[in-house]
Amino acid sequence: MLRALAITIGALVILALAVVAIGVGVRSLMTPVVDGIHHRKGQDFALIERGRYLTAVADCASCHTIPGEGRPFAGGRRIETPFGFVAAANITPDAETGIGTWTDRQFDAAVRQGERRDGKPLYPAMPFPYYSRMSREDVLAIRAYLDTVAPVRNPVTSDLLPFPLSIRAGMLAWDALYFRPGEFRPDDTKSPEWNRGAYLVEGPGHCGACHTPKTWLGGDENAQKLRGSVIQGWFAPNITNDSTRGLGRWSPDDIVEYLRDGHNRLSAATGPMAEEIALSSSHMTDADLYAIAAYLKDQRGGSEATPPARSEDAAMAAGGAIYRDVCSACHTPDGRGVPYLFPALAASPSVRSRDPTTLIRIVLRGARSVATVREPTGPGMPAFGWQLDDSEVAAVLTYIRNSWGVAAAPVTAEEVHTARTRLAARSE
Amino acid sequence: MRLHRRDLLASTAVLFGGITAHASIVSGALPWQPSAGTPPEPARPGPWLFFTNEEAAAIEAIADRIIPPDPQTPGGKDAGCAVFIDRQLAGPYGRQEGLYTAAPFHKGKKEQGPQSDAGPAEQYRKALAALDRYCRANRNNRAFADLSDAEKDDILAGLESSRIALEGTNGKEFFEAILKDVQQGFFADPLYGGNRDMVAWKMIGYPGARYDYRDWVSRHNERFPLPPVSIMGRPGWMPGKA
Amino acid sequence: MARKLPAKDAVIVGLGWTGSILAHELTEAGLEVVAIERGPWRDTPTDFPPTSAQDELRYRIRHELFLRPSQTTFSFRNKMSETALPIRTWGAFMPPNGVGGGGVHWNAETWRFLPSDFVLKTHLTERYGASFLPPDMTIQDWGVTYDEIEPYYDRFEYLCGTSGTAGNLRGQIHEGGNPFEGPRSRPYPTPAQAQPFSHTLFGKAARELGYKPFPQPSGNLSQAYLNPLGIRLGPCTYCGFCEWFGCGNYSKASPQTTILPVLVRKPNFLARDNCEVTRINLDSSGKRATGVTYVDAGGEEWEQPGELVILSAYTIFNVQLLLLSGIGKPYDPVAGEGVIGRNFTHQTISDVTGFFDAAKFIFNPFIASGSIGMCIDEFNGDNFDHGPHGFVGGGYMGQVQTNGRPIETTPVPPGTPRWGAAWKSAVRENYLSAVKPGTGVHGSFYAYRDVYLDLDPTYKDRFGRPLVRMTIDFHDNELKQNAFLTDRFADIIQAMGAKQVMKEYRKGPYDITKYQTTHLCGGAVMGTDPKTSAINRYLQSWDVPNLFVMGASGFPQNAGYNPTGTLAALAFWSAEAIRSTYLKNPGPLVNA
Repeated sequence: MLRALAITIGALVILALAVVAIGVGVRSLMTPVVDGIHHRKGQDFALIERGRYLTAVADCASCHTIPGEGRPFAGGRRIETPFGFVAAANITPDAETGIGTWTDRQFDAAVRQGERRDGKPLYPAMPFPYYSRMSREDVLAIRAYLDTVAPVRNPVTSDLLPFPLSIRAGMLAWDALYFRPGEFRPDDTKSPEWNRGAYLVEGPGHCGACHTPKTWLGGDENAQKLRGSVIQGWFAPNITNDSTRGLGRWSPDDIVEYLRDGHNRLSAATGPMAEEIALSSSHMTDADLYAIAAYLKDQRGGSEATPPARSEDAAMAAGGAIYRDVCSACHTPDGRGVPYLFPALAASPSVRSRDPTTLIRIVLRGARSVATVREPTGPGMPAFGWQLDDSEVAAVLTYIRNSWGVAAAPVTAEEVHTARTRLAARSE
Repeated sequence: MRLHRRDLLASTAVLFGGITAHASIVSGALPWQPSAGTPPEPARPGPWLFFTNEEAAAIEAIADRIIPPDPQTPGGKDAGCAVFIDRQLAGPYGRQEGLYTAAPFHKGKKEQGPQSDAGPAEQYRKALAALDRYCRANRNNRAFADLSDAEKDDILAGLESSRIALEGTNGKEFFEAILKDVQQGFFADPLYGGNRDMVAWKMIGYPGARYDYRDWVSRHNERFPLPPVSIMGRPGWMPGKA
Repeated sequence: MARKLPAKDAVIVGLGWTGSILAHELTEAGLEVVAIERGPWRDTPTDFPPTSAQDELRYRIRHELFLRPSQTTFSFRNKMSETALPIRTWGAFMPPNGVGGGGVHWNAETWRFLPSDFVLKTHLTERYGASFLPPDMTIQDWGVTYDEIEPYYDRFEYLCGTSGTAGNLRGQIHEGGNPFEGPRSRPYPTPAQAQPFSHTLFGKAARELGYKPFPQPSGNLSQAYLNPLGIRLGPCTYCGFCEWFGCGNYSKASPQTTILPVLVRKPNFLARDNCEVTRINLDSSGKRATGVTYVDAGGEEWEQPGELVILSAYTIFNVQLLLLSGIGKPYDPVAGEGVIGRNFTHQTISDVTGFFDAAKFIFNPFIASGSIGMCIDEFNGDNFDHGPHGFVGGGYMGQVQTNGRPIETTPVPPGTPRWGAAWKSAVRENYLSAVKPGTGVHGSFYAYRDVYLDLDPTYKDRFGRPLVRMTIDFHDNELKQNAFLTDRFADIIQAMGAKQVMKEYRKGPYDITKYQTTHLCGGAVMGTDPKTSAINRYLQSWDVPNLFVMGASGFPQNAGYNPTGTLAALAFWSAEAIRSTYLKNPGPLVNA
């Protein structure tokens, strides 16, 4: 881990120096918009409404609002990246510490081009590579909405990364590698619904920020788009139409219910996805959610088949015993669960993910599913970390990953041990 | 608005000039934290925590007469009943923690329930000393554990019927307490130190800490097929040992 | 000196079943509501998960979920001439504690009382004549009728998803249900639970004896259920850890599984846990509550002002707060005057255990739920002619065995030694083939002049407040009732094919160490006359009209059923009166 980080840092430094030496960055190649004005459109209801909706779609609050503080968009929340923490900015209209005095051009440059007001590059924890797909009108609608929230004085120090990552110039190199600016362009061969879904997923919804595997520098591995990635101690599962690891067995209705309500007949959201649903997708229109479903159902997964663990394996036998003794009371012996209450493990992409990070975490520490207006129950799963040791957790996970006609790589006691150690340091 | 308990504690403290309100507030969402819960604390193997070796020998001897070993099932001693009682007496139960212990203490009618200022730990200590004195005085200076089975049974039956009185303590009450505690240790989840290897549950056909009998509720007059399970598991949970 | 908090529209004391119902109803009406709960917040995945909820020692024997007597308790005596002593450890009943209250640990038997139960005094007097009743019996009518609260029984059952078979649908008697029940406007929301072997056998034997057995109405659900608030419950898994335990898989109706997830989301609701209300505050006229005073876990005292106070603690604590706050005239058993503490009642429970041939019967007693079982109602209330028997009252009876947990449920035939080799082999022999219904005979307990609650002169709680003193004993009427019912019950157990039947009649004196049920009732009863009741038919205090008192403390006497269905229906009924009438014009809903 440390070694990997050292290599990463070293490489970034080299890249940074190279790029700075050339004196050219992607961002500086953009067409400058000559506009020193901050258009105050606080009286345009339609624009503010559109902005409010887009702010929810873009899930701005998940980073820019600290939960429970009652100070929407005042920033300061620490965002975990693979390289350390960054702090989200204050985006309330406070003149001194927020964006009250920013011009429209400055705001647009930050959102769509990752450029700070002082011209320095933003870290891509701010998903500007996705927001770049939005139109300028969209971005200014968001601005119009943010103008209406209560200004909060809250100075934020955003630079929390260790040296040499703290040299923001390094980001210019990153941009050169991974940032492809430009508005969304519809594909005329696809339906308007598909195109709307593509815009939402690839643009403001920034699904790939979590669900697309990352390169060693934290950029999107575009060939693996939406095929699942580790983030903040969770594994954001494959959300392509792959029938084994992804959403292949989910109908568009299943996807819409999940995004809107946090629960469907097969699954329930927890962890970062629970927050996404609570703050973002539960506020979206059904039409937009169906559009997202249409786009996701059109994404190829390309996962290779895994031979199922054999039932005579020791881990499968032990896992089956544990499952029958402690899991079946909720998830039922046949793995079908109870619709909208207890997830159907037999039909869950998370269960069969190539990476069991989320599974191990939920079994060890328990989980609370998201509560929404339509599904307020918010059932929770208890923690098993005190009850099952590493080999028992590994056995029961191997069992559920390889039962009911599905297959995924076994989970080892070592993986559980490592996860247990890492989770001990996590408070959230 | 979402308010987390901890956040609110802090804000309440601010509201009242830094005086912390100790109670918590729930609002906005159901409280939850990872790994939150109140799992049981299993009794740890090891030396006696409450009993002296002599006391433990007497308790083990009594446990083996209340639940004698037989060819199919171990007795109270091997089942760990003394370990169970030892751990219980060393814990909150022994100190009658949580019970109402305000004076004055009056004997009252039996329908009014126990009225002692001494908790179970203190009562055991006193009664075991008195039992030892009784045995040494009346059974050739031997300790209870050294008596024959017939002699032990005779003393226990004597305490039960109040035929035998112990000095400075109520022998009948002591008998009732130990009868209850030995049997509880025999049948409680093994995590508390008794019912070792779930021997008591196997003896009667009780499947233990299971939580799902949907497949068997309508299978009338058929023996339930699965082995017992403790809250801390069973041998079948360990890969390779099933 | 208590520090004062900002005022609320309504202050709820105790967040159990009735507190949760009122909190939901009043927040729906737009009120700012705070609920103050003495015990901790409790929830399924953290406090009674299926990893560790099934622990007989911890929950059943050591009383984990209940109030700790060191926090507060009661004193007890049988007769007015005796000295009451404190209940140092729980026995005859189990005072709940914490959010969810008794709704967490109950068996979820969800009964309705009989129409005649609500007009008991009138009904019995008309049928048998006033002289048929014992002279010291102080039963009275409720001031509300079955027909009036039927819609609220229905509300509660649909909130919970209660599983059962209707016996009387809008006046039509239906085979398989309870033919004696009052007419219900709708069937149960979910079908009856599956019945294990011994429970089924009891139903068969009862039918052969000419009775009409029916499945016990159950808040352990036969199937998954979506309630009207949008909250989901799972199907019961018959784990046998229900009463005294929290349910680990969302399948037992409780405030946690039916109300709280929606309630906590409301911006006009707030709950404070680990805070004990010590007093209801009155203004200088003594006719208006200004709020409550409570003490938090750190010992700090706070005043919570409110326009409306809802007292929804456990029976005895409701009475204690009224007595300590000087609300209503304390009951004086000698003069027969006063109301607070009057008509205190409990239940008259007995059991019959059947021992069967182990070679022929495997009952698997551990497969059960809290409200599993087949019952008959022929001997409840006034469903039979009491004329020849010389007593009034009755109860349901049934094979309602909830568990095979071995510390508690290892019965041995009469005559077996209590220990030693013979005991051990008898336990082994009989575990799977014995029938031990537990509360097999669930009889009524009517009110008497000398059964009451007042403040103890000697014993104090942790704040130095007097404990409530219970003066309670069984009267001949209840003992006769129990002997009669127990014999009828034993006949059915015998008819199931038992080779040996053990009857355990309820006998006097009332014993504080022997568990019956947690159904303590009365002490602040409802009625039509302020001289004999503390609250009117809408559960509103006669003396302090902005105070409403929920719960079984309002029952003028106890019927032969579990009380939760009725106290919840009354809570909905009261909430409706508050919403539709009181809030528009705060003041007495009934003129005294």
